[in-house]
Amino acid sequence: MNQDIYVLIEHIRGSVSDISFMDLAQARALASVTGGQVVAVILGHKAQELANGLDADSVLYVDDAAMAEFNYDAYQRVLTSLLKDKAPRAMLFGDTTIGADIASSLSAALDLPVISFCAEVKGDGGALKYVSHICAGKLHVEGPLPDQTTLLTMVPGRFRVEEGKSNKPHPLTILPTPDMSDLRIALMEYEEPSAEDVDISTEPILIAVGRGLMNKDDLEIVEDLAEVMGGTVCASRPVVDQRWLPSTRLVGKSGKVVKPKIYLALGISGAPEHVESITGSEMIIAVNTDPNAPIFNLAKYGVEEDMLDVAEALSEAIQEAKGG
Amino acid sequence: MKIVVPIQLVPDLVEDLEISPDGTSFDYENLVWIINEFDDHAIEQAILIKEKSGAEVTILAPDMEDIDDPLFTAAAKGADKLLKISGDFDAGINNHALSKLFTPALRSLQPDLILTGVSNHDGLDGALGPLMAHHLGLPYIGYVSSVTVDGEKATVHKDYPGGLKARLKVKLPAVLGITSSETPPRYVPVSKVRQSMKTSQIDELEGEMDLSGVATIERMYEPEVTEKAEMLNGDIADISNQLVKILKEQGLI
Repeated sequence: MNQDIYVLIEHIRGSVSDISFMDLAQARALASVTGGQVVAVILGHKAQELANGLDADSVLYVDDAAMAEFNYDAYQRVLTSLLKDKAPRAMLFGDTTIGADIASSLSAALDLPVISFCAEVKGDGGALKYVSHICAGKLHVEGPLPDQTTLLTMVPGRFRVEEGKSNKPHPLTILPTPDMSDLRIALMEYEEPSAEDVDISTEPILIAVGRGLMNKDDLEIVEDLAEVMGGTVCASRPVVDQRWLPSTRLVGKSGKVVKPKIYLALGISGAPEHVESITGSEMIIAVNTDPNAPIFNLAKYGVEEDMLDVAEALSEAIQEAKGG
Repeated sequence: MKIVVPIQLVPDLVEDLEISPDGTSFDYENLVWIINEFDDHAIEQAILIKEKSGAEVTILAPDMEDIDDPLFTAAAKGADKLLKISGDFDAGINNHALSKLFTPALRSLQPDLILTGVSNHDGLDGALGPLMAHHLGLPYIGYVSSVTVDGEKATVHKDYPGGLKARLKVKLPAVLGITSSETPPRYVPVSKVRQSMKTSQIDELEGEMDLSGVATIERMYEPEVTEKAEMLNGDIADISNQLVKILKEQGLI
């Protein structure tokens, strides 16, 4: 095993995902402790230009038509032999729809440890330590980075996208492509989200509802408040899973990143996959009956009350204020 | 068509998350366990496929305390077979151990499709689906929100950020990590679950837990809060007036 830190560069339809830049920044911090290099790994097709702008000491590139977009089978083949061959100190992935799919199976295939929901890896008196946020952010766990090559799926937060960017040129090595016959998974097409609905990523006033919304009829109270405030209703995953709101209104990991002037979070606990998408908000106000809800750690103002009581009372108070 | 749905229990986040006295793990005995929410969606997706095109649905679970209830609930929803695997769960549980615990049963059941939750919120060591997929030599797709079976293939939607979906074809057998079922998990009344307790049977197999191969936890703790929201107090009317004032200051009213 060497002391290099590898980063899988995740890309969708020709652009590198934000998380990969954050991973590069984390890798840079980690490599300065281990004394190794930061190595970016790109699997793609005619995608060498994705290497431009990455803050890495070197880039490894593998090309095949089957890897134009993410393919579990193809990635598994390439990365299994790459990790066996190179044995870096650690490899970083996003805790994402790409990274989380592939990191666990590599862990099983190579008998290497994988650590999920990882928020940070840092030097700790000569040793290396991981910190992960589990149970929707309600608990943190930490421990020594295992002695073997360790695979980590990273959540955003510790580093900014800009910190993983650099215009310094770096050497790019093209590695041979393993046999890509008999792949069992094929991408047919991407389907765009419906464009008919409002785009919550550009809305200035958002009223977000979460698990605290117990039944669909109560959504009316929230919609009334949104109307009075001149805002738009959006939601965390449980509400969209119930199909009470369309997926175009989803804020979070599979949904949109939002940056409104005000984000009024009603009955939202503040799981990391939601929080990562709302940190760009100018002001967050949270209403939740659970005083320990992680959303209160992010919000500027908090109210420990029932979301519907507050929504109703606030609608009235605003109407009164407007009238008066 | 045979579908197996491996499920697991997770700490209920609505309850207090008890930590062991030495601060390195959950206080397993004092946690309230519930079915992993994504597994509930996997069960629903399996039943939806059964209703659409016919299938035999088997629910596979670790034989932990409190597991019978979610198993009988799944039977009440339409699952055909219930199977639990015994092991020593007192020292904890992780996805690597669970994937090895389930693998022999999955090999002998020979399903066409394995549907499981895409992740579990307490899972520090990756996800169950891809671990099982490797042990079984099967393809895996995670973050799946719809499944249509067509002969020896399945067409699925995989969720990407921003509401983008990829339509993928996968050769069966395959393992799919479900994020959400096509329609929300159905509600079953308690009376129907009670009835299934009388009419359904849970088969049992012996297994062994192997907790090795995962990172050690030195410390588990509630996050220290550096900046906490300014809490607004008073009765609801007071609070509303304070909120109006804040919104006015922001120029939003």
